[in-house]
Amino acid sequence: MVRGARPEGRALLFWHKIFNGDQFARAIVFLCATSVIAVTCLLVYELWIHSELSRAKFGWSFLHTSVWDPINDQYGAAPFIFGTIVTSLLSLLIAVPLGVGAAIFLAELAPPRTSDMLTFLIELLAAVPSVIFGLIGIFVLVPFLQDYVVPALKGTLGFLPIFSGPFFGVSIFSASIVLAIMVLPFIISVSREVLLAVPRDLREAALAVGATKWESTWQVVVPFARTGIIGSIFLALARALGETMAVTMVIGNTPKIQHSLLAPGYSIAAVIANEFSEASGDVYRSALIELGLVLFALTIVINGAARLLIMATTAKGTK
Amino acid sequence: MLAMTGVFTFFTVGTLIFVLSYLFFKGGHDLNWDFFTKLPVPIGEVGGGMANAIVGSGKVLLLATLIGVPIGFLAGVYLSEYGGVTYSFVIRFTTDLLNGVPSIVIGIFAYTLIVLKTHHFSALAGGVALGIMMIPIALRSTEEFLRSVPVSLREGAMALGASKARTIATVVVPAAMRGIISGMMLNLARVAGETAPLLFTALNNQYWSPGWNQPIATLPVQIFTYAIAPYPDWHRQAWAAGFVLLALVLLVNITARTVIASGFSHKPR
Repeated sequence: MVRGARPEGRALLFWHKIFNGDQFARAIVFLCATSVIAVTCLLVYELWIHSELSRAKFGWSFLHTSVWDPINDQYGAAPFIFGTIVTSLLSLLIAVPLGVGAAIFLAELAPPRTSDMLTFLIELLAAVPSVIFGLIGIFVLVPFLQDYVVPALKGTLGFLPIFSGPFFGVSIFSASIVLAIMVLPFIISVSREVLLAVPRDLREAALAVGATKWESTWQVVVPFARTGIIGSIFLALARALGETMAVTMVIGNTPKIQHSLLAPGYSIAAVIANEFSEASGDVYRSALIELGLVLFALTIVINGAARLLIMATTAKGTK
Repeated sequence: MLAMTGVFTFFTVGTLIFVLSYLFFKGGHDLNWDFFTKLPVPIGEVGGGMANAIVGSGKVLLLATLIGVPIGFLAGVYLSEYGGVTYSFVIRFTTDLLNGVPSIVIGIFAYTLIVLKTHHFSALAGGVALGIMMIPIALRSTEEFLRSVPVSLREGAMALGASKARTIATVVVPAAMRGIISGMMLNLARVAGETAPLLFTALNNQYWSPGWNQPIATLPVQIFTYAIAPYPDWHRQAWAAGFVLLALVLLVNITARTVIASGFSHKPR
């Protein structure tokens, strides 16, 4: 029997209790497991009661009013919800083709060792902290967009209302690009796993009836893995919705809904990050916490959908 | 068409390499001994460093580890060794839920839980916020690595007469230890870079903060504060700090991932 050093007397009794006390051990681990549920419930509870003031004062109109006036204590979440959703969707618009394309390359085309190494590097990109992306966003991306990309964009597509108006660098457009780079690794790694899980026979069958490599990939393998890929997109969306620091640094902090992507905007996470520590007044703070509640609800729904979709395709997931 | 997918891949990898090299060149050459040992100096003066932020980060992360790792680890043990089917499902679901909560909302939670009650911004609140963020990943990775230990090891120990708790403590966990520790390192690296939960729990501090009940400077928050300020000297320091943070995070990540990739379960001798 495996034994360590034997302590004496009362310590020995305690030792026996720990190591032979299965009930005791079981109780401890059960408590820890339950504490996860307790923490989550407590989180929802705290968000709920601390947003009470704001919910009582504004009700459902909080979600579609556009005013944000701390001086007169009038708050409406519409600009932030707009900013959050627009930046996230635009970032997906950029990141999904890039990400799924890269995942296809890594799963189908690249030799296994190259694929593993490249995936390793891409997963490192996911590990880069958000402030670093914010730093690069402010000092590298924004000047780059201002000097090269936006003039070119305005020259070609400037007639569109979404590209109208002056460009100050910080904008919804810049925030979307930074977000796109941040969610790219998630789309790539999950999609790659999902594509690798597609059975070989399908590919070989397609090739056997005369399809080219691209045709077999695009028309057979990818549709088979479609659910999982959509799951990865939802996961990326959930990540993009909650992303705070990089967005705060490049979005422009303007609580207005504007039709141009080149205009500055605001997102839920950004306004909480910027204004929470200085929020004077209970209604102000309560409004910010209610915003947190809205964000929480949004990400829960999207995350739940993502998990279900990914579960349906790969063997892993919450079982 | 296929070639384009290759282009996409290399674009992504290229972004990583660009981020790394840009930070290295911009932040690396500003790094000097002062950066690691001096406190920030008043605005307008050149020089000073971020010693308090580095130590502060270490302090907050220590507390976070003390909170997140034991709970996550033990809960993972429960899920992998003891759990029933429905209850395990509920716990895994809740864990994924908690994992998906945006970090700023967890910051709000720590604020309402601790800052409002103690009337202080504090290292305690910051540590609790980060600790809560560590729990889901600690739980998932522990469970995954414990599950990968072959059943034969458990059965062997039980055949020798060990009780369940003893088997877990002396056979199963040591077998999965390498993987679990790597998982915890990845977890720590992820949480080390988190800024949002600390913005209004630990706040920030220009000086050393004694004890656990005072606002404390942390590296990511300092980077954020300096980056959005209009002072070029602060920008320079933000780059240097960003380089330090990124280097640490990536180093831990690479080490942990290589350890995991090289095989983590106990090999029979």
